[in-house]
This record gives sequence, C-alpha cells and structure tokens, in this order.
Amino acid sequence: MSRVLALRDALKEAMIEEMRLDERVFLMGEEVAQYNGAYKVSKGMLDEFGEKRVIDTPITELGFAGIGVGAAMNGLRPIVEFMTWNFAILAFDQIVNNAAKTLSQSAGEFKCPIVFRGPSGAAGQLAQQHSQTFESWMANTPGLKVISCIDPGDAKGLLKSAIRDENPVCVMESEIMYGFQGEVPDGEYLVPIGKAAIRREGSDVTIVSYNKMVEEAKKAAEELEKEGISAEVIDLRTIRPMDHATIIASVQKTNRLVVVDEAWPFAGVSAEVAYIVQKHAFDYLDAPVIRVNSADVSLGYAPTFVDEYLPNPTKIIKAVKEVMYVNK
Amino acid sequence: MATTTKNSTESKKNSSTTEFSPKTYMEWYEMMLLIRRFEERTLMEYGRQNIRGFCHVYIGQEAIAAGLISALRPEDPVVTGYRQHGIAIAKGLHPNACMAELWGKKTGAVKGKGGSMHFFSNEHRYFGGNGIVGAQIPIGTGIGFAEKYKGTDNLAVCMFGDGAARQGALYESLNMAQTWKLPVLYICENNHYAMGTSVERTSSLTDIYRVGETFDIPSEAVDGMDPGAVHNAMARAAEYIRAGNGPYFLEINTYRYKGHSVSDPARYRTKEELKEYMAKDPVKLLEKKIIEQEIATEEQVKAIKDKIKATIEEAVTFAQESPYPEPHELYDDNYVEDDYPFLT
Repeated sequence: MSRVLALRDALKEAMIEEMRLDERVFLMGEEVAQYNGAYKVSKGMLDEFGEKRVIDTPITELGFAGIGVGAAMNGLRPIVEFMTWNFAILAFDQIVNNAAKTLSQSAGEFKCPIVFRGPSGAAGQLAQQHSQTFESWMANTPGLKVISCIDPGDAKGLLKSAIRDENPVCVMESEIMYGFQGEVPDGEYLVPIGKAAIRREGSDVTIVSYNKMVEEAKKAAEELEKEGISAEVIDLRTIRPMDHATIIASVQKTNRLVVVDEAWPFAGVSAEVAYIVQKHAFDYLDAPVIRVNSADVSLGYAPTFVDEYLPNPTKIIKAVKEVMYVNK
Repeated sequence: MATTTKNSTESKKNSSTTEFSPKTYMEWYEMMLLIRRFEERTLMEYGRQNIRGFCHVYIGQEAIAAGLISALRPEDPVVTGYRQHGIAIAKGLHPNACMAELWGKKTGAVKGKGGSMHFFSNEHRYFGGNGIVGAQIPIGTGIGFAEKYKGTDNLAVCMFGDGAARQGALYESLNMAQTWKLPVLYICENNHYAMGTSVERTSSLTDIYRVGETFDIPSEAVDGMDPGAVHNAMARAAEYIRAGNGPYFLEINTYRYKGHSVSDPARYRTKEELKEYMAKDPVKLLEKKIIEQEIATEEQVKAIKDKIKATIEEAVTFAQESPYPEPHELYDDNYVEDDYPFLT
C-alpha cells in the first residue's frame, strides 16, 4: 500500500521515523524549529521532539555545520539543514575539510555520521547567488556521499539510509519541487544509496539525469514517443557513489546517450557520466555522448534569462535527435 | 504616548536634541517618503506578479537612509545586504532604474541581471545588495581598505542586519579593521528579526553595539526611528573615521513593518509589538513635526507628496514599457572578454 505525499512531507517522515528510532539523531539549522522550516520540511517536528532535538540556530552556517561535525565525532547523528546549498558554501570548510576527512585523518579512530541537507538548483527568478547546483562540488570530494532525488518515495527511503549511514552524506533537495507529489510506500523501508532507478524503459536512446531535470527528461521522452523514438530515462538518485552498472547496461541496449544535468558543464556530473560510458561501453556507442546542461554562465534575474539558462524538453529533444542522427 | 499628542514640548523632547535646518528636514522627508511609496508600490507590483523572486522591502527603516544622505558624502562608498532598495535610492540610483530592475527589464539598474537583491552603481558608489547573509561585511571592509590605500578621506559604509551580526565574518572583519585602522563605518540595522528568529533567541549578547566594543571600536546604539538621531550618530562617526582613527560601529535600532520577504507572514511577532512600532513610524512622525513646527506648510507637504506620487507612477510606466533583456544577453558580463569560449 502507498499514499501520495509531497516531497517535503516525505522528507519529514524520514526524519521523524529515524528520530523516533534513534535518540542520537537531531535536527539543527536556520528556522527549522519555531518557524517550522523555511520551506516547511520540518513542520511539527519541534512539537514532537522538543527544543533539545529540533534546534534553531543563528545565521552562522560555518559554525553550526562545525558543531554538527563535532557532535557526530562524539557519538551523535546530526541532521544539519541548510536553507539552501547556496548558503552552505559558507560551511564548505567544515564539510570538505572536516566531515569528509575525519575518518581518513584519524585512521578510523573517529567516524563522522552526519547528514547535510537542503535544496540545490535554480528555483525561478532568484538571480546569481541563489540559483546554483552543488552535486558535482560535493561529489568531487572523497569521503562524502551525495544524494539528489526529488521522487518523494525514493527521497524518503534515501534520506533514511543517509541518516543511518556511518559516513557524511550530502542530500540535495529542490526548492520548487518540495510540493511535488508522488507515491510513498506505507511502512518501514529504505532505498539504498548508490543505486539508480529506471524511470521509463526505452530502446533507442538513454537519457541519464537527476533531481528535477528527471521530470524534464520524462516530458521529452513522452514527446519523442510520439515521433517513434523510444527513450529510456535513468534517475541517478545517488551522485556519489554513482551506479555505473545501470547506466552501462542501458547504453549497451540503446547504444546512444544524452546526459541532462542542471549543473554547469565544466567537470560536472555530466562529464563524469560521459567518461564512464566511453570507458566501459565505448564499442557499444553509435554516436558521441551529448550533454544538456544549464548555460555556462551565472543566472541573471530576468525571465528571459531563466528560459535561456535551464535545460528543458525542447533542448533535450534536440540533443536526442542529434545522437539519433535524425534531422528535424 | 507623547509623540502622538499635539503637545509640541513633548514632541520636541522625544525627537533628537539637535535642531536641523528646514532644508535638511525637508530633504529627509522627501527621501523617506519616496522610499516608503516606492516600497509600497513594489509590494503591489509583486502581488501582480510583475516582480518575482525573493523581495525584501525597507518599510519602517527609512530614517536610516535619510541619515546617509545628510551625514555622509556622495563619494562615500556603500555596501549592504539584500534589503537594499531604499539604500540604493538614497545613494542616488534613479527610481526608474530601480523599478525597472525589479521588473527584470533591460533598462534596470543592472540590465535585469540582479532583481530585487542586487542593484549596483559605480557612478553612485553603490557597491551592491548582497544576497548571502553577512558576505558584504568583509567586502565593505575591503572597500574601506582600498580608500585608505588610495589615500582618500572617504569612508566605506558597511551595512548589515541583526541576523548577519552572528556570522563569523563580522568578527574577523572588525578585528582587521581596527588593527589596520581602516575607514569603515559599520552599521548594524537591527530590525530585531533575522527572518523569523528574534535577536534574543540567537544571541547571548543582545546589545549588538557591544560587539564593536569588544574590539575597542567606538560603538553606539542609535534610535533608528529618528532621522536626527541617525544623522548625529553618523556625523560623529564620520568625523572620527575621517580623522584617521579607524572604524566606528553603530547599532541602529529600527523595525520592519512587513515580513522578512514577501512570502513571510511574520506570525512570530505580536500585533501589539507591531502597533507599538507603528506609533513610532519615522515617516509619519517627521511629517507631523514638519507641520507642527511650521517647517513647511501643509500645502508644501502636499506638493511633495504629489511629486513623489508622480515619480512612482513614472517609474512603474518606465518599467512596464521597457523591454526584457534578450536571451543572449545572459552571456554578457560573465567575463570581461567579449569572445570568451563558453562551454556548450
């Protein structure tokens, strides 16, 4: 059995269930308690768990991320919420220099089981500083795991896995998808970190994507179907470790690949997927891999810029036709 | 309370002790009312979806902008956070350019690139609205560093809110500014709420000016609802800084009548509290003073109101009739070179 839940409520369920199970888990961040979360992901959690376990911080990202790291090293299991990953940049020192490296530099003496979560990606006309994606920034760092998924049911299971994971895990959500609804299974379940999902089966071309761009890829696939092109859509769900097997198996079937990635193109997730495929499925490829990214610039405020900047079904369809050598 | 009575002696007692020239009062009034009306219209246009994204208005905090125009020089650079429309206007940015920017139009202050949080103007020495809480504090310190380096007697005005006062960057900046005697005027606009979180809930030190004292920087708490008090504090600070003594810290106590941003219903504060501050409305009190003390006639005040109304209408018409930037302009100004090889 399942229910239809919005992404924000699915994420909240994951946190609530894990906090009921494990006294060591707590939530900390800006406006998570009394305000019920800047995007209402933690609505009602203060009422259930009290001020000891649902903690409002001052606007001090570096400070409270570091407090999370110290608490994790000393036996707790913090969930640190950033109002957006754009603000988490202030905390990268603690995430990258400490959370990611605690196990290595202490030679296993200390673990850092912590979840850093918040929205990543563009969310309308928010201009340069509030529109960035961070999956590839974090996934570049050994020691961190990175999850990025907006399907409510999967996001819940993945967040529960992240909270139980013994490593630091960065969870990328989406401001404009918090209201996005999907089936969420009843009862206790986990979704494993490191496994992609095939959202739509197809035989002519593989489209690999993650986070909200999966929805754009699905829309493109529906349009392509009308033109007789069968596209398989893969949702990475986890960025690091990346599920190579699912991608390779699909490309071995379809022989063509388009990667749709909201991040900038340079040295990003799309580049990584393209590398993996040429390494392990070179002989299966019938066309060069093409990627559809956001424009290689800072996103300005005007609506005309947002349309130009982001991947969309039109751009994806164009890329698919290019790898299919279809002229139109 | 006294300020709401007709008793002029009482009113006088509650205003700043120094008296100013009629010209100064009228300049303050015109600037403050312009900002108030600009922001009211901004909210209206946001409701009509002509303005999008995050949008934080300055309503209630206008007396601080008034002090900026009378106590400081136009050459003094200013940097602030994202609650910035009023400060940009006080620095001389044209309401047309500001309104067009809010609409995301090509004729905006930054050609539709920045929106509500990011106006800039080199001509007006306005170094921007910064969208990351507290990021402008070290930047303002660096702007002051450059003024000293170049040997000017300008001072950098570095403005931030009570929320930003908790960021480590403030403490790092104050330490360097004082150690290196940088010409920086730090202004904490304390409107008492960092989004939904009150000062009391985020700090063991609720008198923010005492942060400045920690670094032996002269520091004051100022009544931010009174332009005269704001002016006097800024003028004292400016004299001290221009004499080469180093930085100065002002905590200007104010209040935002609206939510943190347009999407914030502000349920975290009481109606009584809002009412208490509404009674101290800097724009209304100044208008009352101007009439009661016969600084200007009611007709003169009405003429100013009419003029501002026309200015706002003109700004909206300008914004409405201006074109959006062309999509390809997204690629402009990412690099200085015109032929930069962007990835596709």
